Amino acid sequence: MITRRDFLRYVVIGAAGTALPLTLTGWKGARAAASKNGPRWVFLLDTYKCVGCGLCVKACKIENEIPFEANVSRTWVERYVVTKDGKVYADSPHAARDGFSGYAVSLGDKGSRIIPPSDIDKAFFVPKLCNQCENPPCVQVCPVGATYQAGDGVVLVDRKWCIGCGYCIMACPYGVRFFHPVHHVAEKCNFCYHRITKGLKPACELACPFGARHIGDINDPVDPVTRIIMSERVSILKEEYGTKPRNYYVGLSREVR
Amino acid sequence: MNHHVLRPLYAVIGIVVVILIVRAFFVPKDFGVGERGYMYGWHRQGNEEEWKKFKIKYRGSEYCKDCHSPNYSGIKQSLHKNIQCENCHGPAADHPDAISRLPKDGKRAFCLRCHAHLSYPSSGRRRIRGFENPEKHNPGMECVTCHNPHSPKIS
Repeated sequence: MITRRDFLRYVVIGAAGTALPLTLTGWKGARAAASKNGPRWVFLLDTYKCVGCGLCVKACKIENEIPFEANVSRTWVERYVVTKDGKVYADSPHAARDGFSGYAVSLGDKGSRIIPPSDIDKAFFVPKLCNQCENPPCVQVCPVGATYQAGDGVVLVDRKWCIGCGYCIMACPYGVRFFHPVHHVAEKCNFCYHRITKGLKPACELACPFGARHIGDINDPVDPVTRIIMSERVSILKEEYGTKPRNYYVGLSREVR
Repeated sequence: MNHHVLRPLYAVIGIVVVILIVRAFFVPKDFGVGERGYMYGWHRQGNEEEWKKFKIKYRGSEYCKDCHSPNYSGIKQSLHKNIQCENCHGPAADHPDAISRLPKDGKRAFCLRCHAHLSYPSSGRRRIRGFENPEKHNPGMECVTCHNPHSPKIS
């Protein structure tokens, strides 16, 4: 016959004994996470500084071997023109690889329209590239493990493993993915992984004469990019999707999609 | 138990065994869960190294400095000091070993990337000097005929 006192004692000892190994593994896990001091790459883009010259797009296409004539690009520059009657025009002809050199805004297959400065309330350029999201939806949908996130946060595509199903292209809310016209697999910006892992700037940042694009390491508290992200007013794209993008924008406007 | 009950079970076990054997041959040894866990890090580890080995083409102006020092120091004193050599001269890549001459872009359209004046409020573009109507300024001529891109001021 077991007494109430003994029963309670066994329950407490049993519960503590079961919990102890779990606590130990938890500590170990936390330790491992804290000791992993590698970089976490992020990007800072300043829309006040961007002038829409498109030199970043040109450099990116050459550096990353994306055929220059193909209408796809890892990075692109969008122009937003908000007119006085409240209309928003946005274009990025040929991903802005030749820059913007006139007031004519492309309307896609409906031709183009010249919007003179007298009609414009505000107009600006927004550089775009892969956000290397903390929760990348493109990676979740890959059925074969061909796209993945490396430990430093960069989402890469394994060209040998990709079967070309295109799920990731549909899943990306930012539209950064496309089919590579030569390799016929999914392609995207990887912050010039071959350059940043050697301590070089990405090709787009190197090419930008205006300092509109900067790569940074958010794990490094003294990195100038980290300081701007932490201390100044920055915004991200499409926060409502919960993807936690890691490209931070200075001077973003609500018209930007 | 009857054979007709067990037979499908044997078939299923056989299929599973075949799949496991095929998998052992076709899935690379380094395929598995990476640092970002099962959801985001399920990949072939060797691919990270493959991307790191991708060829670098843009080397930056510091790479040009030693051989082309007059041009380098000249442009650094001009209004164009923030423009990299490779923006106009093309990526250095294996220059000078494999590629002796780089494809220079001195076309009018190239200059107009910045110097077609666009008076856009709140964009840095409006502060760059340029032409409202570039087609009216010496049409058909290249900018570099009169303007030196390394020292663009005309005295």
